[in-house]
Amino acid sequence: MSGRVLVGVKRVIDYAVKIRVKPDHTGVVTDGVKHSMNPFCEIAVEEAVKLKEKKLIKEVVAVSCGPQQVQETIRTALAMGADRGIHVEVSGKDYETLGPLQVSKILAALAKKEQADLIILGKQAIDDDCNQTGQMTAALLDWPQGTFASEVTLDADKLKVVREIDGGLETIKIKMPAVVTADLRLNTPRYATLPNIMKAKKKKIANVKPADLGVDVSSRLEVLKVDEPPQRQAGVKVETVDDLVGKLKEAGRI
Amino acid sequence: MSNPLRGDVIRLYKNLLYLGRDYPKGTAYFRERLKAAFMKNKDVTDPEKIKKLVDRGEFVIKELEALYFLRKYRAMKKRYYEPEH
Repeated sequence: MSGRVLVGVKRVIDYAVKIRVKPDHTGVVTDGVKHSMNPFCEIAVEEAVKLKEKKLIKEVVAVSCGPQQVQETIRTALAMGADRGIHVEVSGKDYETLGPLQVSKILAALAKKEQADLIILGKQAIDDDCNQTGQMTAALLDWPQGTFASEVTLDADKLKVVREIDGGLETIKIKMPAVVTADLRLNTPRYATLPNIMKAKKKKIANVKPADLGVDVSSRLEVLKVDEPPQRQAGVKVETVDDLVGKLKEAGRI
Repeated sequence: MSNPLRGDVIRLYKNLLYLGRDYPKGTAYFRERLKAAFMKNKDVTDPEKIKKLVDRGEFVIKELEALYFLRKYRAMKKRYYEPEH
């Protein structure tokens, strides 16, 4: 057991920003828009750092894939307590088409290279809402997975994961090495304050290209069109039950 | 003005300014009020009083962190979870 945890962090448009679709409908406006770490990734980093503080693991490595700007996101992870970072350089067209399959291939390759015992990811990104990267990474590595984790307990080489599922909570026990994806209630992420950011400047971020890891980042998916969701129609108020029945008949509902 | 606590005060100001970038009402709004609050006390020289004000500033930092967390948590909960949750 190397005691090393890999945490994937994604740079996304800040959750509070009002998203606008580009006039040519090929995507959303990202230029000059505030970006930050995906909220579920923050929870993932927090969990890894907590494990290290409890001395259950030895090293937290933050990984992000993308252009130069993702280094900001890695720095935030370092400020939250990660030990070092890995920036997988992907830019231009490759970055536009970078999706869960490509990222999971990269993470799988890195996990093998770094001999990680555990990979913690956010359950999904708030920009694409795929909820696939964790699952795909586990499949590529043939590792067990504990997804939608709201509680993680480490015991020697086994992980007890309480998962948030539709019916309630499910508790599973999986053997390490494993992949865990963080759900909202897993923990309360600490804020990366200025003093922490300053201290994190000493920590190293390694640069790596997908080709170095033997990963092909080409995508088999093509985005055809991006549209805003339809405007919600205002409701209609009726005075009597007869009116209601009348309106329903009009709408062809009954 | 070579009060030994000058460094602490400036550090506090910088930390609050950094936090202000995520303020819901906007960075400019926050910076205005932050500057006004600090300027109001610029003539305080008693170290005891300064320490108290710096402590109050640290408390505000904690409050802002809590505000940011709650806001984000509530937004995520609203977007991704059924109302019964």
